[in-house]
Amino acid sequence: MLRFITSRFLQSLLALFLVVTATFFMVRFVPGGPFTAEKAVTPEILRNLEAHYGLNKPLWRQYLDYLGSLARGDLGPSFKYPNRTVNEILGDKLPVSAELGAESLAVALILGIGLGTIAAIKRNTWMDYVASGFGMTGISIPTFVVGPLLVLALAIHAGWFNASGWYTPADRVLPCLVLGLAYAAPISRLTRGGLLEILHQDFIRTARAKGASEFRVVTRHALRGGLLPVVSFLGPATAGILTGSFVIETIFQVPGVGREFVNSAFNRDYTLVLGTVILYAALIMALNLAVDVAQAWMNPKVRLE
Amino acid sequence: MSAVSPLPPAVLVEPLEQGNSPWRDAWLRLQKNRLAVFGLWTLVTISLLCIVGPWLMHFGYEEQNLDLGAAAPSGTHWLGTDTLGRDLLVRLLYGGRISLAVGLAATLVALTIGVTYGAVAGFFGGKLDAVMMRAVDIMYSLPFAIFVILLMVFFGRNIVLLFVAIGAVEWLTMARIVRGQVMAIKKMEFIEAARSLGFGRRRIIFRHILPNVLGPIIVYTTLTIPGVMLLEAFLSFLGLGVQPPMSSWGVLIKDGAEKMEEFPWLLIFPGAIFSLALFSLNFLGDGLRDALDVRSSKD
Amino acid sequence: MILGRALWGATLLCAAVSEAGCSRRETNVVAGNRDQILHQSTGAEPNTLDPQTIQTNADFNLIVALGEGLAAHDPHDLHPVPGVAERWDTSADGLTWTFHLRADARWSNGDPVTAQDFLFSYQRILSPALAAQYNYMFYAVRGARDFNEGRLRDFAATGFAAPDPHTLVLTLEHPLPYLAQLAAHWSWFPVHPPTIRKFGRADERDTAWIRPGNHVGNGPFALAAWSAGQEIVVRKNPRYWDAARVRLAEIHFHFIDDVEVEERAFRTGQLHVTYEVPVGKIATYQRESPELLHLDPYFGTYYFGCNLARPPLNDVRVRRALSLALDRRALCANVVRGGQQPATGFVPPGVPGYASPVATVGTDPDEARRLLAEAGFPGGKNFPPVELTFNTNQNHRAIAEAAQEMWRRELGIAVTITNQESKVFFENLHHQHYTLARWGWIADFLDPVAFLETSVSTAGYNQSGYANPEFDRILAVSQRTADPAGRFRVLRDAEALLVRDQPMIPVYFYTRPTLRAPAVRGWWPNALDFHPYKYVWLEN
Repeated sequence: MLRFITSRFLQSLLALFLVVTATFFMVRFVPGGPFTAEKAVTPEILRNLEAHYGLNKPLWRQYLDYLGSLARGDLGPSFKYPNRTVNEILGDKLPVSAELGAESLAVALILGIGLGTIAAIKRNTWMDYVASGFGMTGISIPTFVVGPLLVLALAIHAGWFNASGWYTPADRVLPCLVLGLAYAAPISRLTRGGLLEILHQDFIRTARAKGASEFRVVTRHALRGGLLPVVSFLGPATAGILTGSFVIETIFQVPGVGREFVNSAFNRDYTLVLGTVILYAALIMALNLAVDVAQAWMNPKVRLE
Repeated sequence: MSAVSPLPPAVLVEPLEQGNSPWRDAWLRLQKNRLAVFGLWTLVTISLLCIVGPWLMHFGYEEQNLDLGAAAPSGTHWLGTDTLGRDLLVRLLYGGRISLAVGLAATLVALTIGVTYGAVAGFFGGKLDAVMMRAVDIMYSLPFAIFVILLMVFFGRNIVLLFVAIGAVEWLTMARIVRGQVMAIKKMEFIEAARSLGFGRRRIIFRHILPNVLGPIIVYTTLTIPGVMLLEAFLSFLGLGVQPPMSSWGVLIKDGAEKMEEFPWLLIFPGAIFSLALFSLNFLGDGLRDALDVRSSKD
Repeated sequence: MILGRALWGATLLCAAVSEAGCSRRETNVVAGNRDQILHQSTGAEPNTLDPQTIQTNADFNLIVALGEGLAAHDPHDLHPVPGVAERWDTSADGLTWTFHLRADARWSNGDPVTAQDFLFSYQRILSPALAAQYNYMFYAVRGARDFNEGRLRDFAATGFAAPDPHTLVLTLEHPLPYLAQLAAHWSWFPVHPPTIRKFGRADERDTAWIRPGNHVGNGPFALAAWSAGQEIVVRKNPRYWDAARVRLAEIHFHFIDDVEVEERAFRTGQLHVTYEVPVGKIATYQRESPELLHLDPYFGTYYFGCNLARPPLNDVRVRRALSLALDRRALCANVVRGGQQPATGFVPPGVPGYASPVATVGTDPDEARRLLAEAGFPGGKNFPPVELTFNTNQNHRAIAEAAQEMWRRELGIAVTITNQESKVFFENLHHQHYTLARWGWIADFLDPVAFLETSVSTAGYNQSGYANPEFDRILAVSQRTADPAGRFRVLRDAEALLVRDQPMIPVYFYTRPTLRAPAVRGWWPNALDFHPYKYVWLEN
């Protein structure tokens, strides 16, 4: 186990290095730079700006400089918010997204796995139709429709919440609900699909034949294997949900890091793009590792290699 | 669900070895599933309408009537008009072509690349799996917006690029899901049995393992499609994807969402056809899953 | 069904956060009205609060709360009123301006604001290393440009001088009747030298001096808090010389970078003033609560820019044909719908004393078809492919779609339209990799030259490639004309040339649509959208 994790850590480090390198050069080849704006910057000003930020050095030099400071844990200054460092920005905004993400994930898992399990056990009954209907509805109505609809109903007409912002505990409710519902839908569908695979396998039949209660069969035996697809899905999905959702953070103006993933690319904020990419890559790799470990536990026949 | 009979695990053997093709059996079972049949016919109808419909209409998708503006559904404009006075029905039909094509393309990519990649990595495991999965991690991590803009810089604006961009991301999670399932299944007795019978790896993967992971594959495919149809709207934002005055379902829904209070029909109709298509797809998917699942066929 | 489900879920969640939510709470607006706290949206988060490196008009409203120049703007009609300078006088030849600073002007830390502070600030903004974009606002002062471009090292040799702590003398290259207007612009605000030096070199960008706790300004308000991604809070500055007039206790500038979200926040009482209004909502407000909607005039013009280096737009007849085929009235009334006026020329109305040329850009499809035929494309035949590009945005898209359809219908030509990601679009625009592109100009000061100077052949913002020696000559003449009325007549000739040549096809004159709570008082519509907060208060 320890050997497996060490080896994975080293592999991931190499992958992370490749991601950083690819991203560093990709952002530089995209048209427009941090100073491209509606009002054109004169060539003299541009020269001075580039000198100030060290962008006038040869690209390979900048790359080595970046790797050097990265090794010291310094992600550099942001171009868009020039008096803040990328470390500060991520430090300010990641906890917000992570809080929103963790709460939403809780909503998503409880609702999604619950409904998916009911749908699988009561297959082709009205309960299945209701639960599956929820899943399909959730999948086919995008968050940028659900979000504003909920705001209209609960914030504007009922007056229970603010329409947007992240100031009071009550401000958490709507974004968590919308984001949670968005993930609950696919999770419920995957749970149903995964469980249906399992429920007909021999060991389940054996358990049933031995007179185990349906509840026990499901919780003790079926869920372990039936959730495999959900767990595979959850690796990348958790990385996505913890690092914030662009749409949710925009609709509710949550000061999280999710908007920075998209906006930093639009702003050509080179250092912030790299910072967000490193953050996401590290999370994805860690979570995919966690998924592999979890899957080994869920299915003893899978061996970690 | 009551009767329990010890059926063998699903092994899709070659048609020659058995009188009745399993695919034919599946098709017969599918036809008995009313929801699935409904889903299938709805999808076919929507696709046909989108392909043929625009030629039967009186209006062009770009034809404006600025004085009319956004008008509620009427005898002339069955689904109303948008803020530039364009017929919504025509725009929905044209938009459907784009969205359905994108959905289809993404499905094909996810099914071919994602499933094969995941199955190979899961089956062989070891170093090969490590390399293949780290490659997936890297692809997940690269900044998508930048990638898309770069694609356009190097290859110019092009409808093929739209599919490349979508294809590049849509197979990743599929590959991970399939890999997870394959790793779980490859140690099962019937696979060991197939191995001991001396079947080739290719045959074991495609004939014995994949049929047993079809369920999650189908479910995840139906989950991918709405995602890519909306992703197309984001790509339009970046300048890839459909160019105005042409539209797509994703773009129409996005526009409609911003005007839902003033002109609800601009959200309701695109949303309805989008949901109808997705529900049908899910019904069909569930039906297919059931039909292909030999073990549960008698439920 | 989704609503029902959500309502149910929300009810459960509400139980969990019982006291924090769910009852009708006191909104920002209600509490703000009682405590004189203004809640305003600024659109996107500002990049910086340094008045010398700021880049966009949008951030002006924040900057003007924290600082003040030699002059300030009258909130009604923007004529220059005393700021840090209590009066100023001009020599007979218009070349020497003397500003007399008030003795009681103070920085927010209590230091007096002196003429030396201004010298320090102007040397800073003109230092090449600072790379300030508004450097050209000083170019009328003798030697300023040379110093800025590195040809002159000694700042003492420029036309800036401070004979005593309360007198600032500027010597100009040429008369500039609107100099006092410039002196009210944020680029002319002073910065506090000890604070700047404390956090870096004098000419260093982006140091920590603009953070809360470090920041020292000379405006009616002082920086209290800046939470990333959320809001900036400023509090009344008791040391401001005119503090007696300031009635607001605090202003919260909320960053809301989505116009739909902003409107919803306004409706739930989170904002007194929005940054914009969604186009689709304008008609609703006009119908249902016109008292909240304000469509103030704005000193800006929306164009379709032509690349004069590319056929067929290098032919003035083609440009005029495209222009004449546009039904600007329909565009304004049915597409942009914010009370915008169809453009008649390049300089929007609003400059007292300036009359636009008699000949205007107009709508005349017959004449348009005739010109197009004359240019060799009768009925649109053989018209080469022309692409109209714009940066991704709902409104630009709607305008482009409408124009495309007008050209198709009236001229029989197929113009394709293409949206591009913003930076890609601007990069293409600045490098003249476009054929026909959407752009606009919003002026920083109230003078026709703010629009006209962008079409001088050497101007940095001349993206059409327009190079007309006659036009350049006329603008040069205007610089030597000290008499304001005579100068306006000269500028009118320049505008007439642009109307004739149409390197850009003017579409409409901007407005500034905002939503404003009725309690906001002392907020007057004016062409530059400048609203000095010392005149603003809240009252039900």
